[in-house]
Amino acid sequence: MDLLLEGLKQAFNMFINGDPEIWEITLRTLKVSFTAIFISMMIGIPAGIFLGLSRFPGRRILLVLINIGMGLPPVVAGLWITILLWRSGPLGDLALLFTPTAIILAQVIVSLPIVTGLTSTAFQQLDEKLLLQIKALGATKIQFFIILMKETKLAIFAAIIAGFGRVMAEVGAAMMVGGNIRGETRILTTSIVMEVSKGNFDVALALSFILMGIAFIITFTLTFLQQRKRRI
Amino acid sequence: MTALVRLENIEVTVRDKMILSIPSLEVLKGEVLGVMGPNGAGKSTLLKTLALLDPPSQGKIYYQEEQIFNTQAPLELRRKCAVALQQSLLLDTSVYQNVAIGLKLRKNKKSEINKKVAYWLDAFNITHLAKKNAHLLSGGEAQRVNLARAMVLEPEFLLLDEPFSALDFPTKLQLLKDFKQIMSQTGTTAVFISHDLMEIKYLTHRLAILMDGEIKQLAQTAAVLESPNEAATPFIGEWKAFLQ
Repeated sequence: MDLLLEGLKQAFNMFINGDPEIWEITLRTLKVSFTAIFISMMIGIPAGIFLGLSRFPGRRILLVLINIGMGLPPVVAGLWITILLWRSGPLGDLALLFTPTAIILAQVIVSLPIVTGLTSTAFQQLDEKLLLQIKALGATKIQFFIILMKETKLAIFAAIIAGFGRVMAEVGAAMMVGGNIRGETRILTTSIVMEVSKGNFDVALALSFILMGIAFIITFTLTFLQQRKRRI
Repeated sequence: MTALVRLENIEVTVRDKMILSIPSLEVLKGEVLGVMGPNGAGKSTLLKTLALLDPPSQGKIYYQEEQIFNTQAPLELRRKCAVALQQSLLLDTSVYQNVAIGLKLRKNKKSEINKKVAYWLDAFNITHLAKKNAHLLSGGEAQRVNLARAMVLEPEFLLLDEPFSALDFPTKLQLLKDFKQIMSQTGTTAVFISHDLMEIKYLTHRLAILMDGEIKQLAQTAAVLESPNEAATPFIGEWKAFLQ
């Protein structure tokens, strides 16, 4: 209990006193996570809509692969990216290993199947007759998709919340492809692992409170947006 | 009366199975054409073809004698039609927004939308529900919203697929009365699919009996009901026997 209180106190002090390293790590965490979830949304939502509404040979296999991807261990994703980005690897010339871009790439790989899979499920559940009715209302193709996205708003937000949760919690791949380099690729999750390995449980707890606080605020905001105007 | 929509040698096939085969069918301006037939007769396919929602596998569709060439009917033609299906299929928003949606898609002015929506909410006696979420309505209320959503578009051509079937008798009766009055006031051309002889007798001018994807008989509603031909007799006869 004392340890928890100490951690909470330290987290508070770190923020109030403006510990520059903590601020830098927190900002990097936010930047990396937001970029990753943004990319996953931009790819995953249209891909999910396409998979949910269309029928083509190989679609089921694609859905199986996406579902497998939802449970992909981040360490495995990290290993693949490391091999790809390694100096002698196929993408070694890009010199991306141990950069924030590599962490973003890893986070996209673990969150994209979640956003795509959950969006696709939401669109598969739509009543075929509703699609016909919207078309019959005189909707253009773009209007058609906007209406459908509004109808599946709850599920799409759930997909984003789940994807964001995965991104924020991810540590294995970030550690592997980012290297937890001070001032360059250190983020909150990798810092916590490092502090625990050093035996600095109070600092690790303080960082975990900051991470939980951020996750809470963002999830609360997304849930608020999701549930907006669902009254009367 | 001239034809608003004319079908010529229409065939719809799905996986080599003939779903609909109609050598000729005219929907006359201002009439309500009833379509009856057993389940799987092709009624909903006919509705989708007439509403220009699904192109037929073969044949020609003329809308006011203008032939629709493309596989997808032009948007401006589709927007002259309105469809109300058996399930009300309302969107997860207010009743007002549900009725207004078609006008918004057509980018009508806000003042015009307000005026038209208010008029049709009143015509279907649902003004008091305007702010209510459409998913919280009773079956009868939802079906009124469904019909108001179609009528607010002031369509040249209205297509109805059993819109009253899920309602209890008193609600159905009241809605049928209101709807008939609205149809006679507006003179809208309509195709009305139903399983219910009472609805067909009450609302339609002509009646087509559709069985196995083919029109077996097409004449004035009273004439078909009084003297069904050989092909239509089993279907109409069963109904009449049941009612007697």
